[in-house]
Amino acid sequence: MITKNPGQWDFHGGIHRPDCKSLSAGKYLGKVSLPDTLVLPLQQHIGAMAEPVVEVGDHVLKGQTIARVTEYIGAPIHAPTSGTITAIEERPVPHPSGLSAPCIILQTDGRDEWGELPEPLPYFDDLDPSLLRERIRWAGIVGLGGAAFPTSVKVNHGPDRPIQTLVINGAECEPYITCDDLLMREQADRIVEGIKVLLYVVDAEECLIGIEDNKPEAIAAMRKAVAESGLRDVQVVQVPTRYPMGGEKQLIKVLTGKEVPSNGIPSEVGVICVNVATAAAVTDAVMAGRPLLSRLVTVTGEGVNNPGNLEVPFGSFMSHVIEQAGGYSDKAYKLILGGPMMGFTLGDDELPVTKGSNCLLVASREEAPDPDKAMPCIRCGKCVEACPAQLLPQQLYWYARAKDFDKTQEYNLFDCIECGCCSWVCPSHIPLVQYYRFAKTETWALEKEKQQAEDARRRHEARVERLERLERERKARLRQKKEALEKKTASGGMDPKKAAVEAAMKRVAEKKARQAKTEKRSEESS
Amino acid sequence: MKFPVHTSPYGALPNNVTRVMGEVLLALVPGIIALVYYFGPGVLINISLAVTTALVAEAGVLRLRHRPVRPALTDLSATVTAVLLAIALPPLTPWWMTILGVLFAIVMVKHLYGGLGYNPFNPAMAAYVLLLVSFPVDMTQWLPPEMLNEHPLNLAQTLTAILGGGLPDGLTWDTVTSATPLDAMREQLKMNKTISEIAQNPMWGDFGARGWEWVGNWFLVGGLFLLWRKIITWHIPFSMIAGLLLASGLFWLFDAESMPFPGFHLFSGGMILGAFFIATDPVTASTTPKGRLIYGFLIGVTVFIIRTWGGYPDAVAFAVLLMNMAAPTIDYYTRPRVFGAREEDHG
Amino acid sequence: MFTAIFAIAALSTAFGLLLGYSAIRFKVDGDPLVDKIDAILPQTQCGQCGFAGCRPYAEAIAAGEAEINLCPPGGEAGMLALADLLGKEPVPLENEEAAGKGKMIAHIRETECIGCTLCIQACPVDAIVGAAKQMHTVIADQCTGCELCLPPCPVECIEMIPVKTTLSNWKWPFPGAEEHPAAQESRS
Repeated sequence: MITKNPGQWDFHGGIHRPDCKSLSAGKYLGKVSLPDTLVLPLQQHIGAMAEPVVEVGDHVLKGQTIARVTEYIGAPIHAPTSGTITAIEERPVPHPSGLSAPCIILQTDGRDEWGELPEPLPYFDDLDPSLLRERIRWAGIVGLGGAAFPTSVKVNHGPDRPIQTLVINGAECEPYITCDDLLMREQADRIVEGIKVLLYVVDAEECLIGIEDNKPEAIAAMRKAVAESGLRDVQVVQVPTRYPMGGEKQLIKVLTGKEVPSNGIPSEVGVICVNVATAAAVTDAVMAGRPLLSRLVTVTGEGVNNPGNLEVPFGSFMSHVIEQAGGYSDKAYKLILGGPMMGFTLGDDELPVTKGSNCLLVASREEAPDPDKAMPCIRCGKCVEACPAQLLPQQLYWYARAKDFDKTQEYNLFDCIECGCCSWVCPSHIPLVQYYRFAKTETWALEKEKQQAEDARRRHEARVERLERLERERKARLRQKKEALEKKTASGGMDPKKAAVEAAMKRVAEKKARQAKTEKRSEESS
Repeated sequence: MKFPVHTSPYGALPNNVTRVMGEVLLALVPGIIALVYYFGPGVLINISLAVTTALVAEAGVLRLRHRPVRPALTDLSATVTAVLLAIALPPLTPWWMTILGVLFAIVMVKHLYGGLGYNPFNPAMAAYVLLLVSFPVDMTQWLPPEMLNEHPLNLAQTLTAILGGGLPDGLTWDTVTSATPLDAMREQLKMNKTISEIAQNPMWGDFGARGWEWVGNWFLVGGLFLLWRKIITWHIPFSMIAGLLLASGLFWLFDAESMPFPGFHLFSGGMILGAFFIATDPVTASTTPKGRLIYGFLIGVTVFIIRTWGGYPDAVAFAVLLMNMAAPTIDYYTRPRVFGAREEDHG
Repeated sequence: MFTAIFAIAALSTAFGLLLGYSAIRFKVDGDPLVDKIDAILPQTQCGQCGFAGCRPYAEAIAAGEAEINLCPPGGEAGMLALADLLGKEPVPLENEEAAGKGKMIAHIRETECIGCTLCIQACPVDAIVGAAKQMHTVIADQCTGCELCLPPCPVECIEMIPVKTTLSNWKWPFPGAEEHPAAQESRS
C-alpha cells in the first residue's frame, strides 16, 4: 500500500530555533588521525552489555570482533584498528551521570592492518533475509542518529507485523548538527545501496526518505542517487524544518499520516524508521563485509576554531578529535555531546567517542548560558502548545514534583520523547524535561524494587514452608517410633525378651525335673 | 580541559515571565489613555497608588515567607494585578479603599495561597468583589464621560478628592458622579421602560454607552496586540465573547424591548477588559485548549445571567471567580488526546 | 402527628431495605487488609520492627496492635503509603537513622569463611549458598539487607557494603541539585 502524497501531514507543537548549521554544514575535515590509545566502552548501544572475547595482551586486527552480546538485544564491538589489548577495566564514559563503565583499552600499533573479514554479499537479494540480519548484527550496527538501538533487532519485526513503509530519517532536526547532511551530500549512493538492502530485508513496499527543507543540497543529491539507482517506490520527501521533525514518531506521522501507538513501536503500524548513516553502515556490512568501526561526528560551536565534520574511529578521545578541528577557541565554555536540545554536558574531554556520539558542540557562554533560577509555574500552557507528543507537560511537572508516580504514568509519562520543547518555551525557565527524566528513572527503580520485594517474599515463604515441612517430618518420625514401641508392649503384657528368657528357664526347669525323675527310677530298680 | 555541567536544553531561552507581564502592561496603555481622556486623571492616581502598595506588600510578605524578594518584584506580576484592579475601580475611589483592595489581593488572595502560580482565584477580581460588597455606594460612583460631564475635575482636584479632602466648593458627590451605563440600564428597565425609550437618553452612543464604548475599543486594540504577540491564545477571549453574545442575542431576539442589544453588553462594564486581560490570567484559568473554550464560554453566559437577573450591575468579576472554581474540573475532563492513543485509553 | 411518625418510619424502612439490598447485591470482594499491608512492606524480613518478618508485622498492623512507623527499610515512603491505605495520620519513623541509610547488601569475605552454615540458617530469604565445610557466599541480587546474618557468624567475616551504582541502575537526581552528584564522586 503506497502512501499517497507523503509529507502532507503535520505533527502538533514543536519549536523553531535558529539552526546554526552554517558553522559546519558541508565541511569535511577528513579522517581523524589514529590516536595512541583507543578506549572502547562495552556498552555503546541499548540492550545488554557486551562481554569481551579477547584478553589482556592479545594482539587484534582491524575489524576483529572484541566483544559479543549473547542476549537478543545488543550489538558486538570491533577493534577500529590493529593493536594490543592493554587492559579491560572501568574507565569514565560519556554519560550524564559521569560514572565509569567497563571498557576495552586498545594500544594502537599504527599499522592499521585489517583482519579477516566475511565475504561481500552483492547478490543479497538471492539470500534469505535472516542471513542479512545476521550480517547486520555481526557488523555491530546500531542506530547512528543518536539512539544506538541495535539495527538487527529493529529490522527483525517478526512475521505477524508486515512492513509497508521503510522510512529513512534524513531530517537532522537538531541545531548545529550537520553530519547526516554531509553524508547525504557526499555519499548519497552509499545510502541508497543500504536502502536497497533494507527494503529487501524488511520486505517493505515503499521507501520514503524525509529531509528537512533547510538542506537543499542534500535533497538534490539524494534525489539524483535515487533516480540513478532505478529503484521504484523510493522517493525523497521534503519536509518543513521544525524541531523535532527528526523524532521517529513525528517523522512517520508527517510522511505517512500514521501515528505510532502510545508505548508502542513503529512496526506496529507497518513502518520501520532508519537513520541515513545507519543505512550507509548497512551497505558497508553487506556489500563490503566491513563492520562498524567509525562514524562522522560534527565538531562545532563558537568554542572550536575550525568547525566541521570528521570521520572518527570509535574509542578516540574527544580531546584528540577537537584538536583536529582546530582546537579550542578562547570562547569555549561548555562541551555538549549531542545537540543543544537533547544533548548533555560533559565534565571533561578525556572521554571516548562511541557509536552514539553524533556531535561535539563546544559552546560559548552565549550559546549555552548558565541556567537561571526557575520561577514558579504560571500555568500559561505554552508547554502544552509545544509538546510534539501531545502530552500535558504542566500536569506531568506537578505530579513529578510531588513524586506521585502513579499519576505520572496516568498522564503518559513514558510517551515523552525528552525532546526539550517544553523546557525551551517555558517563561518561568523550569527545567521540565529534568523532572520527567527523574520521574522515569524513579518509576523504573520502584518497579525493580517491587519485583525484588516480591521475589524476597516468595523466597521467604518457601523457606518458612521448607522449615515447617522438615519439622513436620521430624515429628512424624518420632511419632512412628513411639507408636511402634507401644505396640510391642501392648501385645503380651510382657516384654518379649523377658518372655523368651522365662520360657527358656521353664524348659530348663522341666528338663531338670525329668532328669531327676529318671535318676530316681534307676536307683529304685537296682 | 574541564567544563561546567548542567542539563539540556542549551541556549538563550526565548520567553520569560517579566517579558510576558511587561507586554500585558503595554497592551493596557491604549485603554488607560482612553480612560483618562473620557473620565479624567483619577485612574492614573489609582494606578500609582495601587502599584506602590502592591510592590511594598509583596516585598513584605516575601520577607515574612523567607523567600527572595528581587525576582518576585521584577517579574511584574504584582504590578499587573494592581493595574488591573485600579482600572476596574471608579476614578474617585478613596485612597484607603484602593490600598485595602490591593493588600487583600496581594497578601491574602495571592501569597496566602502560595504566591505566584498557586492562587486559585484571580486576585484583582477577588479584591474588586471585596470592595464592591463592602462599600457598594462608593464603588458605583463613576464619573460621566467627558462629553457629558458638566463639572470636570482637574488633576489637583481629583487628587484632593481621592485623598479624602472633599470636592471643590459648590459641588457635591451627587452632582459630580453618575451611574454607570449598566446601572442606568438596570434602573430604567426596572421602571419598565422599553429599550427604545431608554436609548433616547444622550448617554447612549453609537453602539454602547457614550465614552464607555471607546474605552472598550482601545482595550480591544490592546487585546489584539496580546494575541499577535502570542501572550494569550484566542480561545478564552473568543469563547467568552461568543458566550455572552449568544446568550444575550437569544434573549434579545425573543424580546428586543426589554433585553438590551448584545452589542451593549459587549461594550459595557468590564467585558472587553475581562475577555482579553482578566479571564486570560494564566494562573487561574483553564489550561487545556478545549477547556479554555468551555471556561470562556461559561464566563460569558454567567456574565449575562448575573447582569440580567442577578443583584449587581456588573458581573464580570463574579463570573470570573465562579469559573476559577470550576477550572480544575474543566481541565480534568478536557485532557487532549495523546499522540498515538490507543482505543482502550480514555486519557 | 401520626402521619409524620408513620411517614418517617416508612421512609427509614424503605431506605434501610434499599441499603441492605445494595450491600449484598453490589458487594465488592476486596483484598483482605493484611495482604494489602504486606504488599506495601519491603519484604526485607529483617525483624527490625520487632516482629518475626513482614507478614507478622502486617498482621499486627491489621489487628491494630502495631504502629505504622516501625519499618526502617520501608522508610518514610512506606509509612506514608500505610497511612494512606489505613486512613491514619502519618507518624514520624521510630528509627530515623536506620531508615536514612541507602540499600546495603551483605558480603562474605571468603578468605575468612570457615563453612559453619550458621549464616545460611539465619538468612530469612535463603540468599546465602553453601554447605557444611564448603565456601559460603551471598547471592547479591537476592540479599534484602536485613543484616540477620551478621550476629551468628563466629569469625565476623560478613560485612555490609552499599549497592554499587552502575549505568544500569543510576537514577537522574531530583531537579534542583546543582551538579550531578555521581559526577562529583567519580572525579574526586
